Amino acid sequence: MPMIEILDDACKGCLLCVPACPHELIHNTKAKLNKRGLYPVEYVDPDGKCTGCRLCAIVCPDAAIRVYKEVKKKSA
Amino acid sequence: MDVITIEGTEYKVVAERPKSLTDTPFTYCPGCNHGTTHKIIAEVIDELGIQHRCIGIASVGCSVFSYEFFDFDFISVPHGRALAVATGAKRMRPDSVLMTYQGDGDLAAIGTAETIHACNRGERVTCIFVNNAIYGMTGGQMAPTTLLGMKTTTSPLGRDAKRIGWPMKMSEMLAPLQGAAYIARVSMHDAKHILKAKAAIKKAFRAQLEDKGFSMVEVLSNCNVNWHMTPQEGVKFIEEQMTKNFPLGVYKDVWQEEAAKQTAKEEG
Repeated sequence: MPMIEILDDACKGCLLCVPACPHELIHNTKAKLNKRGLYPVEYVDPDGKCTGCRLCAIVCPDAAIRVYKEVKKKSA
Repeated sequence: MDVITIEGTEYKVVAERPKSLTDTPFTYCPGCNHGTTHKIIAEVIDELGIQHRCIGIASVGCSVFSYEFFDFDFISVPHGRALAVATGAKRMRPDSVLMTYQGDGDLAAIGTAETIHACNRGERVTCIFVNNAIYGMTGGQMAPTTLLGMKTTTSPLGRDAKRIGWPMKMSEMLAPLQGAAYIARVSMHDAKHILKAKAAIKKAFRAQLEDKGFSMVEVLSNCNVNWHMTPQEGVKFIEEQMTKNFPLGVYKDVWQEEAAKQTAKEEG
């Protein structure tokens, strides 16, 4: 299943990624502060809806989003 | 491609901080498109594999910090003289790839003469022009590219064409010059346009690598702090107002012109 990771200390909480996600998986919860005293966004995906489309990573001005995709195993 | 293992499953990283950027986090304001522009330039440099040959020129403005973030050689230059220094560096080291990163105060105000002459000489350098219609670093004064009616600290009643003139259109101005190889205007307001911008920047670097001439990409960017907007309102302002005054598109494309010449020759 694809997934993303938000690098909390790089995120400045500009929220440009929130409307960019087509499945609305990124939320502004304001639950924690980062090293700089800003609220980073949070990625919440309990149902595994993320498709790894990278739209959030493209619009992120701080390169604070890393996107992972599963390696497809070649059938032996 | 990096592969990592999480809970027994192998994952490959499809998007992360490009290799041509240092680990220093950007010091720009939250939501500033300078970061996005840096990111796509670094991605293009990674894809072309020219990091070891690159020399960047950091001009004066918010863009002066770019030497902290790009992981290759950088020169900090006097205000407006980025393309003049780039000319010298390119002529001394013809194998290097020169990139200037300039804002509208630097390229369109104090450095207009340098810009026009570097373009007219057809210098083999790539210029990234970040147009946010305001002087960001000094606190929001009016720039030559400020839109009509836009309120800034030095035009508190809005820009008035009768007294101050019209917003300067650099891309349209430079495109007719014969030294220009690739001139395009792109925007940063959504993912689709950011990808288009990346393609344009790649083409601009190709123009330099293939020795075609001067290349410039004008990037419409936001300055939400000095526009007194949220980042979301800022990108909306680019989409609705900036692109209306500064039409997006390719203004000069040397490959297209060559192809047109070729077909005209074939047709006799």
